[in-house]
Amino acid sequence: MQNIRNFSIIAHIDHGKSTLADRFIQYTGLIEERQFRDQILDTMDIERERGITIKSQTVTLPYVSRSGQEFELNLIDTPGHVDFTYEVSRALASCEGVLLVIDAAQGVEAQTVANLYMALEHDLTVIPVINKIDLPSADVDRVKEEIENELALDPEEALLCSAKEGIGIEDIFEAIINRIPPPAGTVSNPLKALIFDAHYDSFRGTIISCRIFDGSVRPGETIRLMAQASTHKVEEVGVFLIDRKPRKELSAGEVGYIIAGIKAVSDTRIGDTITIDNRPALKPLAGFKVVTPVVFSSLYPISTDDYHSMVEALEKYKLNDAALVYEKDSSAALGQGFRCGFLGLLHLEIVQERLEREYDQSFLMTVPSVQHEFVMHDGRRVTVDNPLYYPDPASIKSSLEPFIKATILIPERYMGAVMKLCMERRGVNSRFSYPTPGRIEMTFEMPLAEAIVDFYDRLKTITQGYGSFDYELIDYRESDLTKLDFLVNGEKVDALSIIVHQDRARQWAVQVCDRLKEEIPRHQFKIAIQGAIGGKIIARSTVSAFRKDVTAKCYGGDITRKRKLLEKQKKGKKRMKMVGSVLIPQSAFVAVLRSDDEQ
Amino acid sequence: MSNDIAAGLYIHVPFCIRKCPYCDFYSVTDRSLISDWLTAFRQEVSLYEGRFSSFDSLYIGGGTPTLLNGSQVTAVMESLWSTVSLLPDSEITLETNPDDLTQENLALYRQAGVNRVSVGAQSFHDEELRYLRRRHTARQTKQALSMIRAAGFDNVSVDLMYGIPGQTEDSWIKSLECALSFDPEHLSCYQLTIGEGTVYGEMAAQGRMVPLEEEKERRFFLLTSELLTERGYLHYEVSNFARSESYFSRHNRKYWQHVPYLGLGPSAHSFLNSTRWWNTRSVTEYCQRLAQGGSPLAGEETLSEEQYFLEALYLGLRTREGIDKTLATGHDCILDQLQSAGLVRVTEERIIPTREGLLVADSLPLLFTN
Repeated sequence: MQNIRNFSIIAHIDHGKSTLADRFIQYTGLIEERQFRDQILDTMDIERERGITIKSQTVTLPYVSRSGQEFELNLIDTPGHVDFTYEVSRALASCEGVLLVIDAAQGVEAQTVANLYMALEHDLTVIPVINKIDLPSADVDRVKEEIENELALDPEEALLCSAKEGIGIEDIFEAIINRIPPPAGTVSNPLKALIFDAHYDSFRGTIISCRIFDGSVRPGETIRLMAQASTHKVEEVGVFLIDRKPRKELSAGEVGYIIAGIKAVSDTRIGDTITIDNRPALKPLAGFKVVTPVVFSSLYPISTDDYHSMVEALEKYKLNDAALVYEKDSSAALGQGFRCGFLGLLHLEIVQERLEREYDQSFLMTVPSVQHEFVMHDGRRVTVDNPLYYPDPASIKSSLEPFIKATILIPERYMGAVMKLCMERRGVNSRFSYPTPGRIEMTFEMPLAEAIVDFYDRLKTITQGYGSFDYELIDYRESDLTKLDFLVNGEKVDALSIIVHQDRARQWAVQVCDRLKEEIPRHQFKIAIQGAIGGKIIARSTVSAFRKDVTAKCYGGDITRKRKLLEKQKKGKKRMKMVGSVLIPQSAFVAVLRSDDEQ
Repeated sequence: MSNDIAAGLYIHVPFCIRKCPYCDFYSVTDRSLISDWLTAFRQEVSLYEGRFSSFDSLYIGGGTPTLLNGSQVTAVMESLWSTVSLLPDSEITLETNPDDLTQENLALYRQAGVNRVSVGAQSFHDEELRYLRRRHTARQTKQALSMIRAAGFDNVSVDLMYGIPGQTEDSWIKSLECALSFDPEHLSCYQLTIGEGTVYGEMAAQGRMVPLEEEKERRFFLLTSELLTERGYLHYEVSNFARSESYFSRHNRKYWQHVPYLGLGPSAHSFLNSTRWWNTRSVTEYCQRLAQGGSPLAGEETLSEEQYFLEALYLGLRTREGIDKTLATGHDCILDQLQSAGLVRVTEERIIPTREGLLVADSLPLLFTN
């Protein structure tokens, strides 16, 4: 156990976490040079394209120290986004230390701070690493100052490296073995293993990633998932050396995997404790909670024929993503679909992209919604995450919506613009601090609903990319909510309905009417688009009719050509939704969510 | 449609003295190829012996068929008589260029069996004709029309064009009136189409020619339809008008009703039993392949039920006969919308585009597909 170190790398997005992991793997020779590719731990296309990590990955790095001692360093790569905070917290709970990576040019950002706090909550040893020192814009002194002032860490402990150029890698390894303590734990105690992640493998079922705190586990034993209260027979245990490497057993202090014939990832819970069924631990490890979705949206297959294929796709997808929840939904305008709950907006985008790309689905997504609460006159409390189920307004006594505490770090010059954005988004109780000269940390409270549609993009735009954002849910607050509907030629497009604050209703209605006007192609007749609260129209726009498109000639040689053109157009029509007699392209539903440039 | 079981026969004469900048029909200007073409044509006719039962329409189009002299037209007809069966009372149309017509060749055409003459007048204004790079003048057209009547033709169609840059509504009405003064049995009024692969198409792509605004196109179309309807013509297809049903182009209607037709000559299309095939566009290739005993075919397709349905929809919706109501089953909502927008009329059995409906005939069909 003395020769084991369990650590994680935490960083703001783009600060070089995955590149550093790549260098570690190359340094230890785990993989041959010719098989190597960048971001090796990010196995999904979407991770590699966006340069982010979505799923945790673990790798056991064999390292021989300068003094000739052999070590097993378990690197637990964590997702780098607030949506996956709970997963990150479980990964951190499995470590004794972290590398806190900071970009030498960008310096400390909102997520850096949030990540540090989380590491400190878990009592982890923090090793600051200043990365990208090879960049011409690198400013190590400034970053050191920020480390001292904004993170309250000793800047002299910071290591310098360039993961890209492979500079300073060995120093980091040495710091890991010298500064991070070896794991504690007692092999002879009953098994206590923390599940910090699970992956789905089509041949083996669920592969549980876990950290053994006490005891040991080996194939043939029956394990019990304590929160889940289910038992499974262990088929295989092992460690990750990029590929899975089976071992005879896993014991206290180690990080590895367990395969136990568990079908779906959702049959396991991240944060749950594994013990041995006939010799159980008395108490599970602390910190287990069931993550609940905070953002909701409905998915409708573009073609109603595709409903069943979508059912299958969601079932398969769900095998690998326990955080996604969904149930049947149905819209008068769009037909049969699914109401889905997500951990946050990034999670939503990931699910959307993966369903499209990996599962070949085409569907529409409705405007994301939060979970609202309504207190009725008869005293009942109703929770609504779908505008379709907005209660009769006459029966509502009061409405509540979730609030978050937002933390934004920006260069001082953007303060005015960010304040304006914060006010537009109904932010309150803003506070400022000046951790280092020229930089501001702003915190304020705002409705979650305002943060989930196009907030981060707007922040990035107005701060020219310098603003960073992090948030946590705080509470539910009373709010003046109403339901806003949209009608196209008198037909309600229920999938566009949203529950919105009174003060924001008109602006949203105007924006949506304008967007729809841009996106709905001209028809043979005029199309009226209206935004309405109850029976009251609060915004409108019109798509004028086209009144001439006929081609003059249609004789022998023209007929096939013309039919082919129609066939092509007909395919395009499949990407549209017919509402009443109006064809609404898929793009219109997407456009409604797009960032508003004119603001 | 039920009576039209006899097929239509089209002969493409792919020669022109020069290419018109708006035209996308296939033609070449090398007239030395005419005799090779004639030989190849005879060969091609023989390939179809027995394939089609009988024909009751023949359309000699182009190109410029009047570049064939009387004896060449006679030669064409003779090779037809020997192999295919043309019913008595067949409609035999010859497309003509006004300045090619003389009393002599008109008499010969008539002798050869031509009983319907289509005159490519396009306009009765010389500036417009120059813009279109036509060879003839307005005066020549008037002379030609008089000669045609004098030669005894009692089924005459005049082709006119609107939407020519520089053309005004007034000048268009004057051209129409001028044509009407010859009491044509039939009129085809085409909006100038700027097609890909034409000289105008290239000019438009370079921004040297601006297509008409939608609203102006509309005005020309409506003006034409209203004026001709007032003068007793039936607006029976997007661009076609006839003095009575008996003067509807029997041949062209076969294209719109999926009646079998045989097209001979380069680039010509044929249709039989849901299969459509077409010849190579190149005159030299056409001649070579036939000379070597081969086939001039360039492609063919057999329509699936869905494709047949789609064609029936859009072809039908271009005509005043409209489509059978069953083709729109399950689209009542659309039908209501179109009716209230005044685009279609719905009778017991048919859905018929109104004048305004014909204007948007390109996009109507997709409203009735799934």
